[in-house]
Amino acid sequence: MKSLRKYLDNIKPQFEKGGKLEKLHSTFEAFESFLFVSDKVTFKGSHIRDSLDLKRTMSVVIIALVPALLFGMWNIGYFHFKSIGMEAGLWACFFHGFIKILPIIAVSYITGLGIEFIFAQSRGHEVNEGFLVSGMLIPLVMPVDIPLWMVAVATAFAVVIGKEAFGGTGMNIFNPALLARAFIFFAYPGRITGDFVWISGLTGRENIVDGFTGATPLALASTGAALPSISDLFFGFVPGSIGETSKLAIIIGAIILLISGIGSWRIMLASLTGGLFMGYTFNLIGANHYMQIDAITQIAMGSFLFGVVFMATDPVTACQTNRGKYIYGFLIGMFAIMIRIFNPAYPEGTMMAILLMNTFAPLIDHYVVEANISRRLKRAVKTVKS
Amino acid sequence: MKESIFSPKNLKLLSGPLNLNNPITIQVLGICSALAVTVQVKPAFVMALSVTIVTAISNLIISLLRNTIPSRIRIIVQLVVIAALVIIVDQVLKAYIYDVSKKLSVFVGLIITNCIIMGRLEAFAMSQKPWPSFLDGIGNGLGYGLILVLVAFLREFFGSGKVFGFQVIPDIFYQWGYENNGLMILPPMALITIGVIIWVQRSRSRELIDKS
Repeated sequence: MKSLRKYLDNIKPQFEKGGKLEKLHSTFEAFESFLFVSDKVTFKGSHIRDSLDLKRTMSVVIIALVPALLFGMWNIGYFHFKSIGMEAGLWACFFHGFIKILPIIAVSYITGLGIEFIFAQSRGHEVNEGFLVSGMLIPLVMPVDIPLWMVAVATAFAVVIGKEAFGGTGMNIFNPALLARAFIFFAYPGRITGDFVWISGLTGRENIVDGFTGATPLALASTGAALPSISDLFFGFVPGSIGETSKLAIIIGAIILLISGIGSWRIMLASLTGGLFMGYTFNLIGANHYMQIDAITQIAMGSFLFGVVFMATDPVTACQTNRGKYIYGFLIGMFAIMIRIFNPAYPEGTMMAILLMNTFAPLIDHYVVEANISRRLKRAVKTVKS
Repeated sequence: MKESIFSPKNLKLLSGPLNLNNPITIQVLGICSALAVTVQVKPAFVMALSVTIVTAISNLIISLLRNTIPSRIRIIVQLVVIAALVIIVDQVLKAYIYDVSKKLSVFVGLIITNCIIMGRLEAFAMSQKPWPSFLDGIGNGLGYGLILVLVAFLREFFGSGKVFGFQVIPDIFYQWGYENNGLMILPPMALITIGVIIWVQRSRSRELIDKS
């Protein structure tokens, strides 16, 4: 460790102002603060409220994602062996999933971080940790059989158009991971919809045992077929995108986010209420078989919980005001169920709902603040008069 | 003093709209048609040509008439001139390239409301001599066409693997797993493509960035 520190100190002057590698300053910075704690200190008075900086925040979210990721790996292996009619043990399933998912994660991180480095370099600011979570979320919302180049193109689109065009980390309007998924959804719809993409090795449609389909619960629901039991849905014994299957793993993640105070409980609670409200409303209407599905089952299907816990709560794209968060969350829950039921061609209503509400988040904030101002103004006028 | 036909000042009327005074990327006019007709290169090319012709000739006619038009009814006069020219262009397209004309559908007629043409008439032809006005029309038409064809090229290339209707991405790519990008065909992508072009242009020429 000491020799590494020495080496970095040795080459450091080259990257500082006037050094011959000055242009690569932000790259050096990034590696230095990745390896060691940055030795930079503030010169003027600082305003520290909390020891929680961007790096900590991002690491906690990554930790919260781990249960969903690990379960996703097992789930991928489990369904792969089931589809070819083989019995496999816990580790065999897990290992198969691991081999399948690792390249997707690698591609997502390499593309995303590569672009971040280039932009930081050309703009002369430091590389920050903004992509760490997006880079992990992108693989988790993909189907396992997605071609790797598509992951790279989608990640590049999300980072360049969704983030860098707006000014980088913290300035983006849309959640980058969802943007990447939406990109694939519209650009290559055949790779992210249908019954064959969710299980590894099924796209070739060979060696499948009779009677096995890879249909997700949402696909089953839209055709009116029998749904998996609620416990299967809850524990995640159903096909789906890599990270979304197990509600249990997502709830563990949610608890980590809530205890550490990073995820907003207001948004989670409001979204859940919105989803249940819409679900029960449709239950009351009951016009078709999709509407008759119990609201609890609706919530347990698809990526509703995953989106609500990890994406709706993204502090950059969500509402900032507390009252705004309730409205924002409630509408996400409502729209997610509504899109899903009214348009079975878009089974992933959650994705659309969150992206839609991302657009409206600043507007909601604006009116919440305005309402607050006018209320306080009225009160002030009253006290002056009396 | 008589100016030569291709004096530097007149040439600037031609080259300005191609880059630093582009009607689409700088003045942000004519976006509607730029979004609608750029799925393929061929209709975009025909559209660009039609707009260039209409802009140039209407600029010329209005410039010739400029001293006789009462300023209170000038918009009506300009519209009559543009509409007449657009109808001629529309009929020619229908007669000779019917399939493209069908693809362009309503957008040929909508050239009448294209802000670039009215804008040039108001801002330039009403106060300039015929020859500079004509050049200005050609320049703005070409500046519009340049962006249109560029966007259409990118959209057709990535969206259907073709350019001018000919397949350019070889079959072997598709066998290796390449797929056409369906998003490029959808209208939002035209907006994003134009946005990226504006982004690139502004970061290359710093003088365009607002000092605020």
